[in-house]
Amino acid sequence: MDTVTTDLVLSWLRTVDERVREHADELTRLDSAIGDGDHGSNLHRGFVAVTAALTRSSPSAPGEALTLAGRTLISTVGGASGPLYGSALRAAGKTLDGVEPMPGELLQALTAGLEAVRKLGGAVPGDKTMVDAFTPAVEAFAAALRAGSGLPAASAAAADAAEKGARSTIPLTARKGRASYLGERSQGHEDPGAVSTALVFRALADAAAD
Amino acid sequence: MKKFINSPDTVVRDALFGFAAAHPDRLCVDVERGVITRAERPRAGKVALVSGGGSGHEPLHGGFVGPGMLDAACPGEVFTSPVPDQMLAAVATVSGGAGVLFVVKNYTGDVMNFEMAAELAAEDGIEIATVLVDDDVAVRDSTFTAGRRGTGATLFVEKIAGALAEQGADLAAVADVARLVNERSRSFAIALEAGTTPAAGRPGFDLADDEIEVGVGIHGEPGRSRETIRPARDLAARFVDSVLKDLPLSSADPTIVLLNGMGATPLLELYLLFGEIAALLEERGVVITRSLVGNYVTSLDMAGASLTICRADERLIELWDAPVHTPGLTWGG
Repeated sequence: MDTVTTDLVLSWLRTVDERVREHADELTRLDSAIGDGDHGSNLHRGFVAVTAALTRSSPSAPGEALTLAGRTLISTVGGASGPLYGSALRAAGKTLDGVEPMPGELLQALTAGLEAVRKLGGAVPGDKTMVDAFTPAVEAFAAALRAGSGLPAASAAAADAAEKGARSTIPLTARKGRASYLGERSQGHEDPGAVSTALVFRALADAAAD
Repeated sequence: MKKFINSPDTVVRDALFGFAAAHPDRLCVDVERGVITRAERPRAGKVALVSGGGSGHEPLHGGFVGPGMLDAACPGEVFTSPVPDQMLAAVATVSGGAGVLFVVKNYTGDVMNFEMAAELAAEDGIEIATVLVDDDVAVRDSTFTAGRRGTGATLFVEKIAGALAEQGADLAAVADVARLVNERSRSFAIALEAGTTPAAGRPGFDLADDEIEVGVGIHGEPGRSRETIRPARDLAARFVDSVLKDLPLSSADPTIVLLNGMGATPLLELYLLFGEIAALLEERGVVITRSLVGNYVTSLDMAGASLTICRADERLIELWDAPVHTPGLTWGG
């Protein structure tokens, strides 16, 4: 079966919660180098709340689950990551119609999520932000679908591209967010937002592989 | 990490209970919704001032809630902006029908969350104006950065705009004076030791015994450059030169000067440093009309100081002198 089921989306979001928990210290360490060291704990707080909200309201469609997750992040995380991740998931959820949309529709939803992030944060690729992982992930997902891949392979390609995109932020000079205050001193560090975005796509790949 | 906390996860919530216990006569603290308001109900027809930001900068902002200053403050998690729900709850509580001014420090997260709240409040028919505070000269104000940070000038903006709102001015006038104060204020900070966030458990950056971090912000992020510690007289020049380079002053300009401690610097050192700064300013022909020395816009337990100067005028000085009664700032009858 190669459709985007509600169970798949719920499994994806639960896996994000687990991955963020496992990597909270790493995110915090990366954020301490060029930010204020709270990216791990903030996302952790947000996704714990997402898991709780999804358990409470048991959504019946994938779009509904993503929208609820987005709203919950906006209401619990704060900082820039709350509105950015929250708007991304909300925009994706609003785009994803029906009970079992096709992978092509998930691509449209991911694209809407990326658009929301770029509009709200104003970042473009190369600014050393989550956009540097998000953009190649969506492109790789699209390319895999065009090449005839199913959801598991496309999701794995997106996760690989996101991780590569995150690593590509290491030599960059930050132009957005708190890291931009450091100017050239931000070079040599991986952007924590790009790393957490790669975690989100790896979680999608893991959920789709099951 | 040694701190008076129960758990890193409950620091802000636990501190809000203490805030409520310490000021029951002056403040109303809604711990669940994360909003601090004045104890008395909003005055109809008065513009309400709402601010907020990450916790860890106390007394900013909660300590500046009270007559003559803020109507409400929304404390976020440590160094993390509050969420839109908090601002909406604050607006619902303090709106007196004459509009609400959001005082927002210019950080990406704060700007986004306050913007979302402003959009939602506007949908409810409440008039919102926003002033962004961006006074820190250590950050280049360009398209290559998030723009200058909001630091010490936030206190000036909240005090002066708060005084004008108390006099019954309308929203446009209160927003205008807030923007004017921000435009005429500049800050610069030096850290001697980094602070430790409860979540990270260790200092935000490491400094050798003889190293200082120059051009720091208030969130433990490293500054513009690392230099060697020098006598206070020399560091005073670094503060004064940095601020005056961006804020030319003549001897005819009245000024308000804040020497702010970052949380772990003794007042003895702050006064010593202020003495050096005052002497330098006098040499440069700058008149200190009003001054304030102490811990007002802190960065947890960072050791260090920031200098903020506002190029004032008679009207701004009058508004500065107007009565204020908050836990963090109190004067006048």
